[in-house]
Amino acid sequence: MDEKNIAIRLSGVKKQYRLGSIGGRTLQAELQSWWAKKRGREDPNLRIGADPRLAGQTFWALDGIDLTIQRGERVGIIGANGAGKSTLLKLLSRVTAPTEGEIEIWGRVSSMLEVGTGFHREMTGRENIYMNGAILGMSRAEIDAKLEQIIDFSEVREFIDTPVKRYSSGMYVKLAFAVAAHLQSEIMILDEVLAVGDMAFQQKCLDTMRRAAEEEGRTVLYVSHNMNTIRRLCGRCVVLDAGRVIHDGDVEEGIAAYMDRGLGENEVDTSLDDKPRSRSLGDTGLRMRRLTLEDKITPVYAEGEALRLCLRADVDRPLADVRLRVTLRTDADVGLGTSWSEPMSLSPGERTIRVSLPLDLIARGVFYASIGLFRADEIGRPVMLDHITRAFRFERIGPPVWSTSAHGFVRLPSVRPTVE
Amino acid sequence: MKDAVQYTKITAKHDLLDLRLDELWRYRDLILLLTKRSFVVTYKQTILGPLWLFLNPLLTSVVYVVLFGNIAKLSTDGVPQLLFYLTGNAVWSFFAACVTTNAATFTENARLFGKVYFPRLVSPVSNVLGAMIRFGIQMLLVLGFLAYYAVAGLVHPHWLAWLSLPLVLLQLGVLGMGVGIIVSSLTTKYRDLSVLVSFGVSLWMYATPVVYPLSTVTGPLRKLLLLNPVTAPVELFRWAVLGVGSVSAKYLAASWIVTLAAVFCGVVIFNKVERTFMDTV
Repeated sequence: MDEKNIAIRLSGVKKQYRLGSIGGRTLQAELQSWWAKKRGREDPNLRIGADPRLAGQTFWALDGIDLTIQRGERVGIIGANGAGKSTLLKLLSRVTAPTEGEIEIWGRVSSMLEVGTGFHREMTGRENIYMNGAILGMSRAEIDAKLEQIIDFSEVREFIDTPVKRYSSGMYVKLAFAVAAHLQSEIMILDEVLAVGDMAFQQKCLDTMRRAAEEEGRTVLYVSHNMNTIRRLCGRCVVLDAGRVIHDGDVEEGIAAYMDRGLGENEVDTSLDDKPRSRSLGDTGLRMRRLTLEDKITPVYAEGEALRLCLRADVDRPLADVRLRVTLRTDADVGLGTSWSEPMSLSPGERTIRVSLPLDLIARGVFYASIGLFRADEIGRPVMLDHITRAFRFERIGPPVWSTSAHGFVRLPSVRPTVE
Repeated sequence: MKDAVQYTKITAKHDLLDLRLDELWRYRDLILLLTKRSFVVTYKQTILGPLWLFLNPLLTSVVYVVLFGNIAKLSTDGVPQLLFYLTGNAVWSFFAACVTTNAATFTENARLFGKVYFPRLVSPVSNVLGAMIRFGIQMLLVLGFLAYYAVAGLVHPHWLAWLSLPLVLLQLGVLGMGVGIIVSSLTTKYRDLSVLVSFGVSLWMYATPVVYPLSTVTGPLRKLLLLNPVTAPVELFRWAVLGVGSVSAKYLAASWIVTLAAVFCGVVIFNKVERTFMDTV
């Protein structure tokens, strides 16, 4: 490997986070807790039901990452939620520091972890270009030189002297991306920024980044859940899981590795014990054990069939108002929809929960489902009891004339025309 | 191209004394833009706009005239009351602004800081610059009254000492910023301090000869006042502008030492907190 052409090198990078409430506490609360502890009383600031063992517990968001990225590479980073993608980008863009390890960067980094970072609603598009450019590390002279190019690219020339609070979200994204794309930086970091904006503009952005890498030798790091944009842009794919790199190399292989991560092909009866969970769950008093797709040998559903799930869970203590949530995603990892069950009460012991989800609205395709059980806390926020991303996979077969790329995955209800 | 490439190394360990001031200098355009932005944004959609910069101190000073001058009958060392309070108000509000705006640095900018890296010190420095400009505008008002009273022979400024004013301004700005960023670094952990700070700053004003001259205070209380690092620069300021007050080189030097210590500690703590505060905010 050519030493001279390295853009980014990570050696043994780890990042630790602490669970439970950290920071944002008042001094009074801290003193109170300390005093109570000292006198052997119960901590008055402990949240009812909160597990005291959980507080102060730590987990590794990144658990030893070694990665070398050459100049001019277009690297896509994928992984399930909580795999460490965002943490990795935060470290690279220097928003936070690693707990262990070393990161070396050759070149200026422009990061777009969010659309329009530093935009101020009251200021005009032009003022925001300067502001945004300066935040991303450009000098005034550099922005002056690139201003026309940025405005052209953004496609919002007519509104450039209008406060951005009057912009539509699409215009906002275009302007923001235009600034980031024209920065004098050697390394570009992008996180899901293209999720907004219209299709044509998305393509333009992807092509711009691709060209920037190929012609100017800029390095691109791109995080997305959209496999199609990864395919279109990236020449290398890194798959993260539980804070580690599980694949590094070919894009298609990477996407396949990510898709099949922990998923047995065509399984209808799955043990959930070893499936990865979000590490922030802790002890919630409930754990899902086994999932069965009832009355099925292969997980393929024809018209009129419902997705009948049988979920076995161990319950440690009585839990009221528990709801089951099923989220469906397409095989390109586009969210399709979510169903919430009505509330149920669970008494301790081994429980079997059955639900039947009609699939009438789904036309055809291969889908990945995440399942979770949660309950609402005192103020109605959902608190996860257990959750497994991509717990199972199924296929819905539909009429061959239905092309999902043309008509989508959902078949909207039929309409009855009236003719006069 | 490769030879001009900038090299950055991020490690888990952090050198406390690595203040990275060169990086701050590279971002000077951002400092100016942030300063400008805070002005534009503050006075957008207000009717009177920057006129508030005159109205605010004028009204405050009138209240002081009534309250401290006429009811409490505090001495002003023979200076016309309105001018005395206007001057005190100008210099104090500059210092107070440096403390309070900076005390909120991390919490106010959490969203921005969480998304993109730039030297975080950019934000406090631009706050101080903004306060300096506001002070400059407020001084126009003071100068107007000063010219009137000076022509009338009611005040006798030490014109030569005006040369020291930039230094006074610098000191108060640096001290205010130092205190402010220490508070803001601690606020990331304990939110109490944000409540304490506005309250603390107004108390601090009474512990500083702002609405009364140092000459009226005697005994141990005077010693106590002189321990306050803001006292010496404020007195120097008034001595130059109004020609009254007592300046002591000894206390001025002590005040400078405190100032430098405060800003040094501030920057060190700030740089340390900056690295990981996103994980706790």
